Amino acid sequence: MIHVRDLTVTFGQGTRSVRAARDVSFTVAKGESFGLVGESGSGKSTVLRVLAGLNPYWTGEATVGGVAVAGRDARLPRMVQMVFQDPYASLHPRHTVDRALSEPLEIQGIGDVGPRVERALTDVGLGPAFRFRYPNQLSGGQRQRVAIARALMLEPKVLLLDEPTSALDVSVQAEILNLLRRLRQAHGLTLLLVSHNLAVIAHMCDRLAVMNRGQVVEEMDVATLRRQEPREAYTRQLLLASRGYDREVAAGIVTYD
Amino acid sequence: MNNPRASGATTTWRAQLLTDTPASRNQARLGQFYRGWLQFKRNRLAVLGLLIVLLLIVVAAFAPWIATHDPYAQDLARRLLPPGTPGNWFGTDEFGRDTFSRLVYGARITLMIVVLVAAIAAPIGLLVGTAAGYAGGWLDTVLMRVTDVFLAFPSLILALAFVAALGPGIENAIIAIALTAWPPYARIARAETITIRNSDYIAVARMQGARTARILWAYIMPLCVASLVVRVTLDMAGIILTAAGLGFLGLGAQPPMAEWGAMISAGRRYVLDQWWVATIPGIAIITVSLAFNLLGDGLRDVLDPRKS
Amino acid sequence: MSTPLLEVEDLRVTFPTPTGPFHAVRGVSFTLGRERLGIVGESGSGKSLTGRSLLRLLPAHAKLEARRLRFDGKDLLTASPREMRALRGKRISLVLQDPKYSLNPVMRVGEQIAEAVRDRGDPKRRALEMLEAVRIRDPERVYGLYPHEVSGGMGQRIMIAMMLAPEPDLLIADEPTSALDVTVQMQVLAILDDLVAKRGMGLIFISHDLDLVSSFCDRVLVMYGGRVMEERHARDLRAATHPYTRGLLNSLPRIDDDRAELPTLQRDPEWLKE
Repeated sequence: MIHVRDLTVTFGQGTRSVRAARDVSFTVAKGESFGLVGESGSGKSTVLRVLAGLNPYWTGEATVGGVAVAGRDARLPRMVQMVFQDPYASLHPRHTVDRALSEPLEIQGIGDVGPRVERALTDVGLGPAFRFRYPNQLSGGQRQRVAIARALMLEPKVLLLDEPTSALDVSVQAEILNLLRRLRQAHGLTLLLVSHNLAVIAHMCDRLAVMNRGQVVEEMDVATLRRQEPREAYTRQLLLASRGYDREVAAGIVTYD
Repeated sequence: MNNPRASGATTTWRAQLLTDTPASRNQARLGQFYRGWLQFKRNRLAVLGLLIVLLLIVVAAFAPWIATHDPYAQDLARRLLPPGTPGNWFGTDEFGRDTFSRLVYGARITLMIVVLVAAIAAPIGLLVGTAAGYAGGWLDTVLMRVTDVFLAFPSLILALAFVAALGPGIENAIIAIALTAWPPYARIARAETITIRNSDYIAVARMQGARTARILWAYIMPLCVASLVVRVTLDMAGIILTAAGLGFLGLGAQPPMAEWGAMISAGRRYVLDQWWVATIPGIAIITVSLAFNLLGDGLRDVLDPRKS
Repeated sequence: MSTPLLEVEDLRVTFPTPTGPFHAVRGVSFTLGRERLGIVGESGSGKSLTGRSLLRLLPAHAKLEARRLRFDGKDLLTASPREMRALRGKRISLVLQDPKYSLNPVMRVGEQIAEAVRDRGDPKRRALEMLEAVRIRDPERVYGLYPHEVSGGMGQRIMIAMMLAPEPDLLIADEPTSALDVTVQMQVLAILDDLVAKRGMGLIFISHDLDLVSSFCDRVLVMYGGRVMEERHARDLRAATHPYTRGLLNSLPRIDDDRAELPTLQRDPEWLKE
């Protein structure tokens, strides 16, 4: 469903250019949930934005559902949509929930707007009472539900998730993760989830790739992650550091280039 | 309190507006507007400004009924009367025309100038600024250098040049002011657009397949409008003064038209002995300019997109 | 320990709103010795306001009340603004989540640290020592950098160096590592850990991260809706009894479990009754 080969993303030009991703390759099967995990600057979000068609500066091969991401193909909007990290920044402050959810339908010329909007709201557990609210009348968790509903309005096959819960409280995070799992089942979605949180990745994904400094360090299935038996030292360190504070671990931290 | 039914009705429509679960887009919009009004209301000076502007509108609309005299009727026997004279409460000018009636009719011209300049300059600025800011690259460079050229001249000088080319008259004065007023709006709109351009909701719209025109119109412009409204309101004072200045220099409204700037210009010959002839239209100009400034300040508090 | 470093009893913070007063912190009590105290809670729990109350750094319209608010025998409620200024920075320091807002953008970072200790001998040497203490590899070079030239993790370490330079007795750290990568977070925490151990400093560590707080602190207060739900030894946090704490712990996904559905937190209005 998602196919990425030798993806290299370069920002800037000449000597000042920065390679945000280098020769990244991975494949995600239909209906699978795949995680990209790494620290800041690892290039995980850069790869996601390429697949979303939001980053034009890359070389290599990238297709979603058989459609090349390179040209702004008219089939892409109905193939792939995205949920962003910050629910406070991803909704237009002067658009009601109704407007936010009708926009994709109107842009794509799909009718039957009202009932579809109400169904979508019910689907993400909000209900029609929220339909005419403005974003400033919603909590962070409710906003993220609206953002998820909006991403699903065009019934895409692939959902890209960029740290969808890292701006939320833990109790709200649980609700959103449950919702995403349920929607994945109900709609047969393929998920690509970017996160720095290994526990969230372990909970949501079937397979994952660990990234560092723009490169994929290793790829593994979730069972390997749960057993905490990674192949690479970098991943091992990441796992140890995620467990909470430990004096010994802190002293032994090294930088991997 | 002594009429419980009336107060009951009041709470209902208030509750309807302030509800967290509006039932339609219009109710939601009205509710948003009402919340803004509640916030605006707390600023006393801004409300005063609004009242004066509303008064200006009422006076302009009902000028024939409010004016006590024909503003153009001359009566040389009653020329240069001081304020407080029975029948001519604001006095008369050098042709014996009633100052109060001329002020009332002048309100129409002032209001026309303000509305027309806003209607011409703000959309030009909005369009140029958002297009430049969103597109970036060479279009941005070209549009902004043109803007810079306009900004490089003091607006009154530029307006003078335009009027000199187009010929004196109130219509040409308005066009000249509008042509000199848009560059700051373009700058503001561009700055806003650049901060909005990379936000996640624009990225979402692009992923949904929205065209550039739609993104500009439905996503970016609504967010720029708020700061433009504030800026235009604050600029109104300057526009009125520029119009008055052109009128004073004889390049705006032509005699015998009752325009406040032209009235001052005519009265300046008598300023030592009959000070009121120039002073009263001056007070009108100051009052209206100040009112627009106060209103603009209040609007900024409510509309500033950086809040909330 | 004879008298504790900090005594807080029945702390309350109230904001006036158009619809009546809003009680953001309602009757929080705790004492602090020379130890690491964690305050955990979700957004809106009042944990940050509690931390800021101790320095009386609240918005102007907020009302602060307490039956007792004493730092090292000194009453913070009746202290004059001048006395508070003398305490802030010198004896009590505050580290915030985002160094961007706390560092002066037009001043070299080293000079900012030196500024904090300007009334002592050779502030520059002291600043360099502090940079070294927070494990910055090349202090001389970093001393001359401007805030925009340093990374987030480095900025946070500089912040901590600046706050610790005057050797405060109490450090209030509000989400000091939330914006950092886990490995950098570990290193920053190790620095704080050392300073508490070596200097006998008191530390209030405010965070939303239960795992982090339970592994780093000695004691933990769990806050919800402006009230303390329970207080525990950090090591026993997993054995918490209060339904709120239990709910939070259960709603966390774990690397080693394969629950399909995460239990969501059911809030009980009873918890907020006084």
